[in-house]
Amino acid sequence: MTSLLGKDLVGLERLTREQITAILDTAEPFKEVSERPIKKVPALRGKTIVNLFFEASTRTRISFEFAEKRLSADTVNVQSAGSSVSKGETLVDTARNLEAMRIDMVVIRHGASGAASFLGDRIRSNVINAGDGKHEHPTQGLLDLLTLRDRFGSLEGLKVCIVGDVLHSRVARSNIWGLRHMGAEVGVCGPATLVPRDIEALGVTVFRRVEEAIQWADALNVLRLQLERMQGGFIPSLREYNRVFGITTEKLTRAPKDLLILHPGPMNRGVEIDSDVADGEHSVILPQVTNGVAVRMAVLYLLAGGAPDWATSGADK
Amino acid sequence: MASELVAETADATAPVLVGIQRRGVELAERLAPLLEPHLAGTLRRDTLDITLYRDDLQAIGPRPVVRETRLPPDLDGATVIIVDDVLFTGRTVRAALDEIADFGRPQRILLAVLVDRGGRELPIAADVIGVRVETGPGDQVNVLVAELDGEDAVDLQRADAS
Repeated sequence: MTSLLGKDLVGLERLTREQITAILDTAEPFKEVSERPIKKVPALRGKTIVNLFFEASTRTRISFEFAEKRLSADTVNVQSAGSSVSKGETLVDTARNLEAMRIDMVVIRHGASGAASFLGDRIRSNVINAGDGKHEHPTQGLLDLLTLRDRFGSLEGLKVCIVGDVLHSRVARSNIWGLRHMGAEVGVCGPATLVPRDIEALGVTVFRRVEEAIQWADALNVLRLQLERMQGGFIPSLREYNRVFGITTEKLTRAPKDLLILHPGPMNRGVEIDSDVADGEHSVILPQVTNGVAVRMAVLYLLAGGAPDWATSGADK
Repeated sequence: MASELVAETADATAPVLVGIQRRGVELAERLAPLLEPHLAGTLRRDTLDITLYRDDLQAIGPRPVVRETRLPPDLDGATVIIVDDVLFTGRTVRAALDEIADFGRPQRILLAVLVDRGGRELPIAADVIGVRVETGPGDQVNVLVAELDGEDAVDLQRADAS
């Protein structure tokens, strides 16, 4: 029996609107689990999940770990530093060794685009992509969709502009595919050096000036300037970037309506986003984090079993 | 059923009526206005989805849809009335009892069902029963409620009838 999502969650590109809707709908009841006095349900009892992180991550790793623990799964964290990975073991060998210890799922973060898909094709366990290079970060995309749906009710026809370092961003790609599948209109805006050429082929509108994007959009997804991925030459200076592309109260006051502000974190305050915007009343940056746990619980729950059985649920007593 | 429940909960100060998703929720909504005039305090109405506590969730098969659970954070000392449409194997009630235990330690838990169709696989019994029906394992008992199904009915299909 294959699950609704197939064996692995590699990205949002190949998912259908029905699959994404099912994940978001399943995430709804999981929000409540985190509000309980005992934040735990036995749904994944006995499942072993390995969080295999080859790149630094705080929020995503903790969020996955909370999601796993709140579903009663047993979890092991493997980080590349201090493990056999630093002794030169290949990705597949690492995973096969873990699998020999009878694991059920692998959550992988890796610097190489395609790493999750590569691994999923070679091991029997379910693989969930927690970010692979510049490719995709599907659970971040899903939590952004859930947060937007919470606020706007529907994603159909919604105008969302992704602002900043689109070139290096897996979050941007997952957002573009997810939003397009759900019928939203997507814009991207950033310095020409940080917006990939031919990105219009993904069905997005390119804005060269952030002021135009603000006039057009219902919501802005402000990306982090990935300073660690920039070996020189993309932007003149951080101050210049903030002046031209940074989201500031001053720029937002010229918008025809209040814009919802998303940011995947971690923020560079005063660079891509000003503090008074990040902490302002239209910011949903912290609700995004809360939704992240619910969305990851939904993905784990759906991958661990088959497709949701909408017809017979609750019928067998 | 309501009058039996009133007799059972006469001395409870703040009873909580918990409908099990999905038909139990509708039945609890029907029972509540009948119970309320006879109670000293107010009657809380809540809902419970037992999907994540099912004992067959690990079995390979389709994932059941998870619906809303809404329970007060502190059930300590409360009288809880579980309401469901059909009582069969008792596994749903087992799951509900486990889930309620994670929300607190009620003083007492009662079970009210519209149809008791026998066939128990666990030592579980209802306190208040609408109707008892003798059924075989292959038979289907479906409770229909107007809110979800357009009509109120109990539909019994015998396995050998087809």
